[in-house]
Amino acid sequence: MALLEVSDLHVEFSVQGGSVQAVRGASFSVNEGETLAIVGESGCGKTVSVQSVMGLIQTPPGRITRGTAKLRGQDILGGQAADGREIRGTDIAMIFQDPMSSLNPTMTVGAQIAEPLIVHRGYSHRQAMRRAQELLEMTLIPDAASRIKEYPFEFSGGMLQRSMIAMAIACEPSVLIADEPTTALDVTIQSQILDLLVDLQRTNNMAIILITHDLGVVARMANDVAVMYAGEVVERGAVDDIFYRSAHPYTVGLKSAMPTNRRGAVQKLTPIEGAPPDLFDAPPGCGYYTRCPYAMEVCEATPPIVFDVDRAHQSRCWLHHKDCPQQVTQIYRP
Amino acid sequence: MNKPLIDIRNLSKHFDRGRHKIRAVDDVSLSIEAGEIVGLVGESGSGKSTLGRTLLGLDRKTAGEIFYKGSKLPTVYRAKDFHRYARSMQMIFQDPYSSLNPRMTAGEIIGEALRLHSDLNKSDIAKRIEEWLVKVGLNIDHLGRYPHEFSGGQRQRIGIARALILEPDFVVCDEPISALDVSVQAQIVDLLGELKRSLGLTLLFIAHDLSMVRYVSDRMAVMYLGSLVEIGRSDRVFFDPKHPYTELLIGSNPEPDPNQERSRQKVQSIGEIPSQLDIPAGCRFANRCPHAMAVCHDVNPVLRIVSHEDDERLVACHLYE
Repeated sequence: MALLEVSDLHVEFSVQGGSVQAVRGASFSVNEGETLAIVGESGCGKTVSVQSVMGLIQTPPGRITRGTAKLRGQDILGGQAADGREIRGTDIAMIFQDPMSSLNPTMTVGAQIAEPLIVHRGYSHRQAMRRAQELLEMTLIPDAASRIKEYPFEFSGGMLQRSMIAMAIACEPSVLIADEPTTALDVTIQSQILDLLVDLQRTNNMAIILITHDLGVVARMANDVAVMYAGEVVERGAVDDIFYRSAHPYTVGLKSAMPTNRRGAVQKLTPIEGAPPDLFDAPPGCGYYTRCPYAMEVCEATPPIVFDVDRAHQSRCWLHHKDCPQQVTQIYRP
Repeated sequence: MNKPLIDIRNLSKHFDRGRHKIRAVDDVSLSIEAGEIVGLVGESGSGKSTLGRTLLGLDRKTAGEIFYKGSKLPTVYRAKDFHRYARSMQMIFQDPYSSLNPRMTAGEIIGEALRLHSDLNKSDIAKRIEEWLVKVGLNIDHLGRYPHEFSGGQRQRIGIARALILEPDFVVCDEPISALDVSVQAQIVDLLGELKRSLGLTLLFIAHDLSMVRYVSDRMAVMYLGSLVEIGRSDRVFFDPKHPYTELLIGSNPEPDPNQERSRQKVQSIGEIPSQLDIPAGCRFANRCPHAMAVCHDVNPVLRIVSHEDDERLVACHLYE
């Protein structure tokens, strides 16, 4: 059984004159000690999905209309366990894209790391500060003893992200959600932060849900991948399935729109033409219909169902229907 | 050898911050041939954008000289200088959200340069604007719309049309795709490549995405803390980096290929880029460099040719002296 299992999640936001269907069917899961990457373009519902699990969606205007999220089999959707216990910050913790605006500028970094320990674990201030220093040392911040007394503006972007990670792992969560944790950072610092996450995962046996739009980061970090498009998970599988046996036209499109660096290989980038659909007025059929080079008549009006391509590899695309006449070489079919 | 279109010699740009001096660009020399795309890479704070802006006179240079087609560009740009060079040199900006005036329509934004810098009459200008809308992949219906009605990719198309409508020779693209989604990045890169070929443009392509720079540009220049540390043919620099900093950058670049990632050698990455207020004596990279020697902390290495073949590679590192 997966540690965290999210099924058929639907989230909408009411706006003037209607609602935006931000998430229209997201299912994903992550195992202990493993990393799930959720990939997709901006506006595809990656962040909203995990925020719903964490109970970070403001209601109204947001509303979870369907779906479940189970941590070790227990329903936790909305950030609370069935017995009313808060899971946010204890069982599941989160780090964000922009560490500068996610930290309180008027509190020392140490006090912010200590806070969850005082709130959730009942530590005294002194114990919590001592632990905060240890956590900063774990995240490899040099000179941690004096750094805990400094304010966020005195830290560089990489240091701030390390502090965010220290804060997130303070209560030893079983799941760490990292929402574009390295997007704002330079590639050398990104590399350091990713290494740090892997090291912490090994020591704590923590599951990581990594939200990113960078397929390079996915290839480096993920065991499993969920590809999202227009509010839906369109393909799910092990990282090798997604990269080497891509079974959804969008995944294929994403891959050929990105430069790879194989020595001697001449590559021509193929952009995905057009733009994602407006989820205020979601299309009746497949969300990728207007951009898909393999679109068929059925795709326009009938939303595709999820097909099992292989063991633990799924694709939401009519091309996988057993009666589909079209054979597309780029799309994997076993 | 051809005469370079742009020849930058010992260019510096320092900013005064109270008692401190920020050496954003420090003694940079680079020449760009006509028809070439040079990619400029480096971490944030390395001075890439400042170099691009100073090159076009948007920031006043502190020292050094810039030649355009053999003639020296002014140190201080007056209105008439901008007027004179606007037809030759243009810029495409990073942020398609803040670089377009929200109170002007797409048509007005694209046509403004023609109104200011050409003697075309109104109907000719209107015709040209329509031509360019189509050239950058928009359509006539978009003419009267305001920037907020467009997506990021569409806005960048407007920014490109605005920069290219005067048909300049030289364009500085300052991170033109960084703010865009992956699927849209390829669209914009394709468009730039197409326009480059049809107009015979010369580009300085500033970016931090190494794979994209390798894909786009003929030569690659690597910048660290205000100075250039390596220049060479893009492929060669990428697959055979000489400077330890280039090695670190390329070794940190994640590849969208799980097998390649699994066999990746872990790069030794020490510390972060120091503040420009506090530029170390000697080599700027010495305190992060795994190969640093005693001399590196005292003497600042200069760019010199380390290999010829068909690739004139310039590297600023004591390891190659």
